Amino acid sequence: MVPEFLIEIRDFISQPWPWWVGGPMIVLVMFILLFFGKEFGISANFRVMCAADGADQLADFFQFDWQSQGWNLLVALGAMFGGYLAAHYFVSPDGNMAHVSAATVQSLKTLGFDYEYGKVPLVLEYYDWPYLFTLKGLLIIVGGGFLVGFGARYAGGCTSGHAISGMSALQLGSFYAVIGFFSGGLFMTYVLFPIIFG
Amino acid sequence: MMRMSRYILVGIIFGVTMYKTEAVSWFRIFEMFHFQSFHMYGLIGSAVALGILVVQWIKRQHLKSVEGKEIVIPEKDKSWKRYIFGGFIFGLGWALAGVCPGPMFVLLGAGYTVFVVFLLSAITGTFVYGVFRNKLPH
Repeated sequence: MVPEFLIEIRDFISQPWPWWVGGPMIVLVMFILLFFGKEFGISANFRVMCAADGADQLADFFQFDWQSQGWNLLVALGAMFGGYLAAHYFVSPDGNMAHVSAATVQSLKTLGFDYEYGKVPLVLEYYDWPYLFTLKGLLIIVGGGFLVGFGARYAGGCTSGHAISGMSALQLGSFYAVIGFFSGGLFMTYVLFPIIFG
Repeated sequence: MMRMSRYILVGIIFGVTMYKTEAVSWFRIFEMFHFQSFHMYGLIGSAVALGILVVQWIKRQHLKSVEGKEIVIPEKDKSWKRYIFGGFIFGLGWALAGVCPGPMFVLLGAGYTVFVVFLLSAITGTFVYGVFRNKLPH
């Protein structure tokens, strides 16, 4: 028998989290890693994985002490456990939904996503194996993944390394990177989406 | 073992946060780039605002890490090209895929196994950058 208070805690965590809970939680993660003498940055793992697979033989960019970066792989592994826990034990009372605005529901319709307000799923339907063999699915999964991996390393960091860690430390480079992230995102959203989904 | 499990624990906090704030959702990223909700701006904005205070506090207190060394935050390069160009390419992928690197791991753990291909694509992207790095403006 599970004690009543544990069920109450679970129900409390299961609600959708507002931004003012999420933001401080991200800072907590950043602070704990700084306290451990590390820097919060998830995309650095892609470089570690390249080096561990022998890419150091091919390019000097991958010749670094990647074994000292094992801690970051553990953070990524933990993120996977976190995703498993959230998806299996902390599902919102109304199911796995993205609580996007009514305006967004309208914008989605113009791209062919016909959802009712309050019924937009959390996870995109294209995130599945059969879609990998369609043009849109291939673009999103292989194309999108490639751009994220290429761009993150070119820019020297991703959302965690630049938008959170770098901006918190008032680094000018990170401000430029965030300007780049948003320019690229807006270009994709307003110029390329109508072509891809149209 | 203690040293390993603490990083896994931090990752779990991060993963649950990404999932429960819906930052893992393609539709939330779509909404953000349409400026149709404050949610993602509040999430990143409050993290940065609080993060600035925390980093300033660390610097003023000369706070030491758990290993007893003073916490130093590495400086980024002084240039702008790599940040703007690389950032732009990252932004294209962020909007298209609807996930940045953290949520890729979170959704793989949540059971969306196709993220194995996502991660392999991202690793390939990083590898191609590493090979052509010397030819790109930084």
